[in-house]
Amino acid sequence: MTNQESFIFDTEFHLVVVTGIKARTLPELRTELARISESSVFLHTHQEYLAHDFQPTARYNDFARWVSETLREEPLAEKLAAIDLLAFTSIAKLRDALLRTIDTYLDNLDRPGYQCRPEEAFHFCRSRSFVLPTGLVADDVGDFFKKVPSISHASLHFHFFEARLRLGRQTNDFSRWLTDRGRPDLASAIDGLNPYVRTLDELRRDIVQLGAQT
Amino acid sequence: MSDHLEDYRPIVGSQVIDELLLLADRVRHRRLQHINSTSVGGGVAEILTRMVPLLRDLGIDTTWDVIKGNQDFFAVTKAFHNALHGGEEHITEEMFQVFRDTTAMNLADLNTYGDVVIVHDPQPAGLIAKKRDVGGRWIWRCHIDVSTPDPRVWGFLQDHVAQYDASIFSMPDFAQQLAIPQYMVPPSIDPLGDKNRDIPDAEVRAVVERYGMDPERPILTQISRFDRLKDPLGVMQAYRLVRRRHDCQLLLAGGGATDDPEGEEVLREVREAAGDDPDIHILELPPFSDLDINALVRGSTVVMQKSLKEGFGLTVTEALWKRKPVIGGAVGGIRSQLLNGVTGFLVHSPEGAANRAVELLGNPKLRDALGDAGHDHVKENFLTTRHIRDYLLLMLAMEHGDMDLSLLTARPA
Repeated sequence: MTNQESFIFDTEFHLVVVTGIKARTLPELRTELARISESSVFLHTHQEYLAHDFQPTARYNDFARWVSETLREEPLAEKLAAIDLLAFTSIAKLRDALLRTIDTYLDNLDRPGYQCRPEEAFHFCRSRSFVLPTGLVADDVGDFFKKVPSISHASLHFHFFEARLRLGRQTNDFSRWLTDRGRPDLASAIDGLNPYVRTLDELRRDIVQLGAQT
Repeated sequence: MSDHLEDYRPIVGSQVIDELLLLADRVRHRRLQHINSTSVGGGVAEILTRMVPLLRDLGIDTTWDVIKGNQDFFAVTKAFHNALHGGEEHITEEMFQVFRDTTAMNLADLNTYGDVVIVHDPQPAGLIAKKRDVGGRWIWRCHIDVSTPDPRVWGFLQDHVAQYDASIFSMPDFAQQLAIPQYMVPPSIDPLGDKNRDIPDAEVRAVVERYGMDPERPILTQISRFDRLKDPLGVMQAYRLVRRRHDCQLLLAGGGATDDPEGEEVLREVREAAGDDPDIHILELPPFSDLDINALVRGSTVVMQKSLKEGFGLTVTEALWKRKPVIGGAVGGIRSQLLNGVTGFLVHSPEGAANRAVELLGNPKLRDALGDAGHDHVKENFLTTRHIRDYLLLMLAMEHGDMDLSLLTARPA
């Protein structure tokens, strides 16, 4: 992707794999969260951002939603949802933060927690991903901003969310490439766009606008 | 109805179609064989009818074969089906033997030749014995809710399932303790099929009138096979509760599937329970009534799917696609379709269904809001194109081992 003249737009496809691991109480969720794969942590904290936005102001990751809707532990759900995903550049650290949040809540819980019905259990899944080139290539910075409007949600998700966190590339792919192409100003501006408070359409629009300002 | 993927572009958008073409490039010229137990009736046959031509259009050499079985076999597999759904069934050793005998007959008669073979549901599951001879990658696709199965029947089935390379379930809740990978792939509907394509209002009205209903008065509808697990009697009870507060008609319509011999008995019970209420309309629709079903749903005010157990509930998907407010039993795949209060209402009892129906009948804005959100939810998650994408990915997955992330950056061969 980077260290090359052209930017190759990739896209990513997911298959969801059911692990068979489930939780019916908060301590069970905590125990399993500590040992599930990183792919599972990523899926349950990020699939929301590829989904249709019915309630854009109340984005809960899968853990927060289950804790809210099934266990009815709303204060914890809020804390889990409030974990700043942008602050992490590795899933291991993100997992630690989730665990710490649950531990603190459990330590202060002065009543027995709820055990949900079997049909309400949290089912841990993981994602199996396939990354493919879309065939879309930007030859230079100007061309890059011309091509961005036509990339798919999946492509944007891959270069912004996955590249940064799951592949440990520290920043999004666009910013890395723009830095290499001698445009750290644009790289920094795009890096400053928080993808977790935007829909993918809004994110793409804002990237295009940054390009238009140059 | 269309056999060409390009016709879906205006509906699902160019990105979706372009991504399918991109994926198909990676598995083109592979042979994909689907095997199930009926070519007509039921959700699986419907999905395959639409999906097979589209996979071929993408360059995937796709075939669909149906196993043979007599009435005894299908009575046994229906009992298995109920038992796997958690129902109480008296399962005898003779029944297992009928299953084994029919499996042996099909093993001898049915040719398998796919690079990837997808076997749908329990009836043909025993065909896995062929894998030793013919090779290929074999996937067992479970369309039913096996979250609380009868352990004896599941144990019997598991001996077969464990031999597959992978399995597919419609919901995470249905997953089992298996050593093979378990993928989650929800089923889908075809937006261009006769059951779902747009039809003019005049045609909708004409169909509603032809079946003896008054298009000017509200209609509560459940479209389902006549099956106890679909709870048609519960729907009737809900309708009677609604009638205390709101004028309405009830439509219970369903067709039969060749692998469901129990339907006639349930239909008799439903007719008996309806008595002589002129506002209850019970329709036994023949196969190939898709356009009529489409019109009947579009002509309905509120759609119910008050199942007690449900693999997925494609009738819910179909109603949501038509922007209808849906009240569904909080079971199985219905829960992933009806985000409660956003894309529909989930209920646990006839009383709950009645309460929601009264609410919806008195609030057209709420009906519209749920219908619109439901349509968007289906467009994103439950159309044929998404299902095809998942099958193409599965074909890829079969070739690339069980890695979490496959970077397929080289051009396809």
